[in-house]
Formats: sequence, C-alpha cells, structure tokens
Amino acid sequence: MLDDFLIRAALAGVGLALAAGPLGCFVVWRRMAYFGDATAHAAILGVALALAFSLSIFAGTLGVALLMALTVSTLAGRGWAMDTTLGVLAHSALAFGLIAISFVHGVRVDLEAYLFGDILAVSRSDLVFIWTGATLVLALLAWRWSALLTATLSEDLAQASGLNPARERLVLTLALAVVVAVAIKVVGALLIAAMLIIPAAAARSFARTPEAMALFAILIGAASALGGLFASLHFDTPAGPSIIAVAAVIFAAAVSFGALRQRA
Amino acid sequence: MTLIAAKDVSVRFGGATVLDNVSMTVHPGEILTIVGPNGSGKSTLLRALLGILPTSSGTVTQKPGLRIGYVPQKLHIDGSLPMTVRRFLSLPTRHSASDASAALARTGMAGTEAKQMTDLSGGQFQRVLLARALLTKPEILVLDEPTQGLDQPGEAGFYRLIEEVRHDLGCAILMVSHDLHVVMAASDRVICLNGHVCCEGAPHVVSNAPEYRALFGLGTRGALALYQHVHDHDHSHDHGHGHDHAHPHHLAEDHAHDA
Repeated sequence: MLDDFLIRAALAGVGLALAAGPLGCFVVWRRMAYFGDATAHAAILGVALALAFSLSIFAGTLGVALLMALTVSTLAGRGWAMDTTLGVLAHSALAFGLIAISFVHGVRVDLEAYLFGDILAVSRSDLVFIWTGATLVLALLAWRWSALLTATLSEDLAQASGLNPARERLVLTLALAVVVAVAIKVVGALLIAAMLIIPAAAARSFARTPEAMALFAILIGAASALGGLFASLHFDTPAGPSIIAVAAVIFAAAVSFGALRQRA
Repeated sequence: MTLIAAKDVSVRFGGATVLDNVSMTVHPGEILTIVGPNGSGKSTLLRALLGILPTSSGTVTQKPGLRIGYVPQKLHIDGSLPMTVRRFLSLPTRHSASDASAALARTGMAGTEAKQMTDLSGGQFQRVLLARALLTKPEILVLDEPTQGLDQPGEAGFYRLIEEVRHDLGCAILMVSHDLHVVMAASDRVICLNGHVCCEGAPHVVSNAPEYRALFGLGTRGALALYQHVHDHDHSHDHGHGHDHAHPHHLAEDHAHDA
C-alpha cells in the first residue's frame, strides 16, 4: 500500500495536520503567527547546513528551528518589541538560508522543494519521521494541555495555580521546532506558518471550547491536505501551495458561516 | 497561625525600589485590604505574597499547603480563544459539574455554564473569576482590584458578595484597592501602602491617621460617608449629608457604630 506515492503523500499530509492543528491553535491564541514564520524561515538555513555537512534534512531543520525558536522566545520573555524583532529575524533567517544554500553544490535545482514542499516525493523513511514527530508533538501538547491553556489565558493565574509559564512557553517552542522539521517536506518553509494558522483560524468559527477548536483544526488541516493533493493531481498544480489554497478556501467558508450564524 | 507573612520584603525593578522593607501578616478569617495610590506597589506586594514575583530581599512565608483562591486584576481573553464558563472553571484543575454549578450559584451566576466568557459583562466576568477561585476551597481569597471597571452599584454588590463568601466559608480575604472608600467599610483591617507601610489598623484608625491623610487628602471623607449611606440602604438624598461632616472623629464614630 505504501508503494503508492499518493498514499504516502496523503499520510504525510494527515500526519502534519495532526500536530499542526492543536499547535496552530496556540499560535493563534497567543498571537505567535510571526513567531511561527521566523522559525519556519530559519529552517532553510537548516537545510543548507544539513546538505553542507551531509546530515539528514530533519536533523538540520530541527536543530536550526529549535535555535531560532529559543532565541525568539528568550527575546519575547525579555519584553522586546516583538513585531519588529520577529520581522527582522524571520526575513534575515530566510535570506541567510538562501545564500547558504547557494554555496552548496548542485542543490539549486531542489531549492523549490524546500521552499514549497515536495509532498509527492515523500519516502517511507520520511513518513516515519513525520509520524514520529507528529505523535511526539501531539503527546506533548496533550500532556501539558491544561497547564498550557491556563498559561495562555493569564501567566499570573497560571503561576498562582503553581504552574510555571516559562516551562509552558518552552513546551510550545519545542513543539514548534518539531512541527517545522516535519512540515518542510510537506508544504515547505514558506508555507509552514500557513499550515499552522489557517486551519486553526477556520476552526474558530465552529468551536465553543478550546478542545473542540483543536479537533476541528486537525480535521480541517487533514481535509486541506487531501483536497490539495487531489487538486494538484487533477489540475496539475504544485502540491504544497494547493494544500494551503484549499485551507484558505475552507477558512473563507468558515468565516462566512460564522458571520451568518452570529446574525441568526 | 498566620496564613501568609511578609518580613522586611523589598522588591526592586532595575534601579527603582517598588517595595521597601514591607512586613505584614494575614490571619485566618480576616478581611485585610491593602490601599494605596497608583504606583504604590500594591499589586507588586500581592504578587510577592503569592510567590509570583521573587523578592529582592526579605522573606515571604505561607502556611504549608495553604489553599489560595486568586482573582487577578484583569483577565483579557482573546477573541480567538473559545471558552465556555464551564470550561474556564476547570482550569487548570478539573472540577465536577455539581461543584462548578454550586460555585456559580454562590456568586450569583447560576446556569451560565454554557455561556462564552467573552460574552460576559465586566461584573459577570468578575463573578465567574470569583467562582473559579472558590472551587479550590480556599483558606484565603486573594483579589487584586476586583471591581475595576464596575460601576458603583456593581462595586458595592461585589463587596457585599465578598463579605457573604467570607461569612459562609470562613476564609481569609486579602484585597488590593485604590478606591478605598468602598473597601473600607468591608474590611477588618487596612494596610495603607506607599512603597512602605504608611500605617495599618482598623479602617477608622487608618482613615484618621495623618500618614493616610497625607496620601489621600481630606476629600475622600465625603466619599467614605457616601458609601456608608449606600451601604446602609439609606435614601439617596442623604448623599450630600456626608460632605457636611467637618470632623473626622464624627466619621470614625459613624463607622464604629456601623461595624
């Protein structure tokens, strides 16, 4: 069954949605959209390093994404004006990554695969990485769920309940780095943040509790992945952008649905 | 046995000393209010007492295993986060449906479980925060400016609720307020803070202390009297009456009589 590239692609997309859905909810709730962008863009630098030192792409992106996520989260903890700082970090990480990759011989042709994903070329070992990473993230979030939610509502409230908001921030930072490493093959560095934010934002229209929103975000993410794959085959469009485009269409429909329901 | 004790606590942010050698204790069952002007370190002291904020020097000791119910100053729930009242009450610790509905009934919010937190008015929101704090069966309730943003009847109603809760549960209550006129009558003890403890004692003692007067001026006397009348359910045309009290002694007697 796994011999079929389409089945592998579908499994990769669903695996990513499983982790990106709940994590994306936190990205939306905590207004970390740019944070996700900065981490994802840094992944290109990770790809360059991995190629230069013959490491696995997963290890390279995971390492650099983790470094970037930790940097950003430390700066945020010190009260920097995050808007500008993140803008600087996100785009310079991308620029340096692109320059670094240009030095690595023979990769220039493949660059598009890392920027926009190459889900149709997902191998069996890629699948193992994707599902292992996604399961880890999901387990981590499930384990810390209540604490994460409380810290997201109010750090004071969390601390008064004996929780440590800094630790919960670190949990999200770790999860984000893993998701970036998992997602680069599926939707590519430029569209990872979209895979986090769009399904979660679309899920908001249907949900009355945080748990429901996380579940809907998984379903919408998975539907986008499958729909995008189908569209990519049917219309011969690039797979990664097609997945995000389907997510965007679902988002637009969800927002209209939400607006209608509010008026009713 | 004291519930929480601060000994010579100082807190400095950068070069600025926000709290300077503050010592205080909270006893079981008492309503203790910290008053002080804006920037006097009230919230900082509260956060230090809760262990949220590390002290620069001095020590804070809590009774071992102390159950604290905390009502934060303000809580903004982002519109992107769907949250029913019921779900909110179980953060971070799960509580049974019957406990949750009892806590809501206790704070006058019965039957609101399915409402979205973002749909509540300011007063309702505060009552849900209080219900959440009650669910931990607290030995002490800690409230940071709990009536900010409420109108005057809302304020008076909220403080009446606090008194009821203390009466029913017998827990101590530690509050911070800058609108002392409302809080005074509801407190057993008042600490007047301005970076350091200016004065402390029963409300009528503090309101007559020269340190307190220096901080708040004399204008608040009228407001205090005004509140006393509201509190006694007197007729509204009596309000002006308060401003006529020339002698602070008169007021203090008024208050003692009231208590």
